[in-house]
Amino acid sequence: MDDAVVVSDLRKSFGETVALDGLDLNVAQGEVHGFLGPNGAGKTTTIRVLLGLLRADGGTVRLLGGDPWRDSVSLHRRLAYVPGDVTLWPNLTGGEVIDLLGRLRGGLNPRRRADLLERFDLDPRKKGRAYSKGNRQKVGLVAALACDVELFVLDEPTSGLDPLMEDVFRQVIREEAKKEGRTVLLSSHILSEVEALCDRVSIIRRGRTVETGTLESLRHLTRISITADVARLPDGLAGLSGVHDLQVQDHHVQLQVESTELDLVLRQLTACGVRSLTSRPPTLEELFLRQYDGAQPVQAP
Amino acid sequence: MSALTGTGALVRLILRRDRVVMPAWILLVALVPLGTASGTAALYPTDEARQGYIDDLSRSSLLILFYGRTPTPDLGSLIFWRSASGMVILGLIGLLTVIRHTRVEEEAGRRELVGSAAVGRYADLTAALVATSGAFLVLAVLVALGMASQRTPVPGAVAMGLAWAAAGILFAAVGAVVAQLSQSAAAARGLGIAVLAAAFAVRAVGDVAAQQGSGPSWLSWVPPLGWAYQVRAYDGDRWWVLGMAAVLAVALSGVAFRLAARRDLGAGLLAPRLGPAVAAPSLRTPLALAWRLHRGTLYAWTAGFVVYGLLIGGIADAAGDLVGDNQQLRAVMERLGGQSALSDVFIASSLGISALIVSAYAISAALRMRVEEAGLRSEPVLVAGASRLGWAGSHVVFALLGPVVAMAASGLTAGVVYGLSTGDVGRQVPRVLWGALVQLPAIWVLAALTVAVFGLRPRLAPAVGWLALVICLLVGQVGAALRLSQSLLDVSPFTHIPHAPGGAVPMTPLVVLTGLAVALVLVGLIGFRRRDIPVT
Repeated sequence: MDDAVVVSDLRKSFGETVALDGLDLNVAQGEVHGFLGPNGAGKTTTIRVLLGLLRADGGTVRLLGGDPWRDSVSLHRRLAYVPGDVTLWPNLTGGEVIDLLGRLRGGLNPRRRADLLERFDLDPRKKGRAYSKGNRQKVGLVAALACDVELFVLDEPTSGLDPLMEDVFRQVIREEAKKEGRTVLLSSHILSEVEALCDRVSIIRRGRTVETGTLESLRHLTRISITADVARLPDGLAGLSGVHDLQVQDHHVQLQVESTELDLVLRQLTACGVRSLTSRPPTLEELFLRQYDGAQPVQAP
Repeated sequence: MSALTGTGALVRLILRRDRVVMPAWILLVALVPLGTASGTAALYPTDEARQGYIDDLSRSSLLILFYGRTPTPDLGSLIFWRSASGMVILGLIGLLTVIRHTRVEEEAGRRELVGSAAVGRYADLTAALVATSGAFLVLAVLVALGMASQRTPVPGAVAMGLAWAAAGILFAAVGAVVAQLSQSAAAARGLGIAVLAAAFAVRAVGDVAAQQGSGPSWLSWVPPLGWAYQVRAYDGDRWWVLGMAAVLAVALSGVAFRLAARRDLGAGLLAPRLGPAVAAPSLRTPLALAWRLHRGTLYAWTAGFVVYGLLIGGIADAAGDLVGDNQQLRAVMERLGGQSALSDVFIASSLGISALIVSAYAISAALRMRVEEAGLRSEPVLVAGASRLGWAGSHVVFALLGPVVAMAASGLTAGVVYGLSTGDVGRQVPRVLWGALVQLPAIWVLAALTVAVFGLRPRLAPAVGWLALVICLLVGQVGAALRLSQSLLDVSPFTHIPHAPGGAVPMTPLVVLTGLAVALVLVGLIGFRRRDIPVT
């Protein structure tokens, strides 16, 4: 089966500002793909190219097997989109917006509409101007998620949602992706959200993809945190290559080790009589920070 | 920290944001009495001539409705009277400016950002009132200088400037009050405009009663608008009325501050109503959405033009008599309108003015696309399966057909009322309606120009659209007086519109203008299909 999204060497400039500088992105059918990057890295620009709103300057873009610029209308009927800042018409109610967008897309599922309204605890009778930021976001989410489409494109969809609603969002995405087999491209800042939902992630920086793969494989490339209590102090640890941030206090040892050296370190530790040991894979946050560690701030246009 | 901390900085922010708009309207408005004064002095050089003119006019109650009670034949007094209807515009400016800097800011969430800084509770309301009132006082100085330069008495000139400022400042204070009442800026505007319309109507009835010597003439004294008329510059210069206006403005502002103190940020005193939870079955296309977004404005404009048509039709018959025995004016009118009857000239030129006003509607309808795009509301629709052409086209429909509705409304009502007063409805309705519809190609050109710029250079669309209208207004209103060359006059599409009813209507200019409009719309739509969205 073809990938839902295939982007290679994508370029886009706005005047002097280079927004995308050879970006690659592949999203397989049926996966939840995390799309990570700091502010101004080009996430929204990429999504707008995928939606056929912006015309690419170079590179190739395929979306659901079509050309997003040329076939925009027919492709749009097969996807649903939630922007990071949902803006509503001040004189239309949330319910009217949900129905209008759904009908433009070719109809929405009334049962799921009712179900989502209840789960997101959203009053559809309020006028657009009366909704808070979080509730506007919910209108966008219900409008998109109530549609029977193949692909959801979500651009920081949970900004402004409270933790409770964030949790509802995660449940709904899991149901959609895992049970219904829909594809999700999720751009997000909230790393715990990406970690909880995504099968694979792409990390971009200054218009380029710097890492892509499953969370497992990304973790494999990086360091594991180890905390241990030992009977006597080990002496060879500091000399081992691949050991970082070593801290020894009385009988308490804390260190980070590259996954290739894990075996060696563990042997050293057991030789000292381990009383307790925890090892933890790196969080996405650590991955993310390491990726940007020392990176220069993105130049504002 | 006092409740007014930061007011100075906020006044500067308002002046910075309005640095183009504010000087522009001040200058434009200041030019009006100047132009009226020099024109009137040329047409009616003596007190006798002016008295004859006033006598003719005072026969028509409809003119009293607009201008208020008749003045003395003194030139200054006549000018104050003739330009008095402009005070409605000043009231509107005052109202909209204050709402723009209070409720609009609050609705957009910017007030919250500003309010979180070291800014007092009342600073934004105070700043809006101070900046707006200051602008009207600058206008007062310019008007006074302009009138004094026309060799009218200085005290009268000062009284006139201040009367105009009073109209603006009083409605700025009304704006401050209505901005507290409703959560939405649109509702605040509607409420304020309703107050303005009511004030105008009440004053008009009072003035007609006073002129006829019977009826509720005390209505002329119902504030706020009536007082500005009652200053009677050059005719007694009633300074104490200005004093009363100042007291009222302070009192209204006080009410606004009291209301502001009683409500939360973002809230209004009128509770927002809930709407339908489910969209009507018809709300399923970009056109249906456009209808929802445009219909309120279209209804309001159409209603306004029905009233305007009633007035044109009602005055037209009197306008024919009005010229009476003033040979000079008769010559001017005949030069303007050729062989046709003077009533026809009056109707045709009134329809020409309404066409310029309808152009403002057409341009704003076209610019709605820009508002939607810049507000990021075009994206969700375009990504939900609406084609670009379908989306843009549904707004263009209103920019092109909305003017047809508005012009037809004014033409029909003017034709019926004029026909009733002359006793030949069957003949006058088609003539006057045709006179209204003949204006459409020029309106379409302005709307289409806005669409074209929106398609190619979206950020420039508002500036180009409105600038084009201002150029047409200047060319149409003062072009001939300034003796501009024909090639300059030809820039305005309205120059090419034939005078109707009463003149021959050559089809060529209408066809050419319509063709130009079609071409501009096509350029805009093609440009929009090819460009990036959204350009913010």
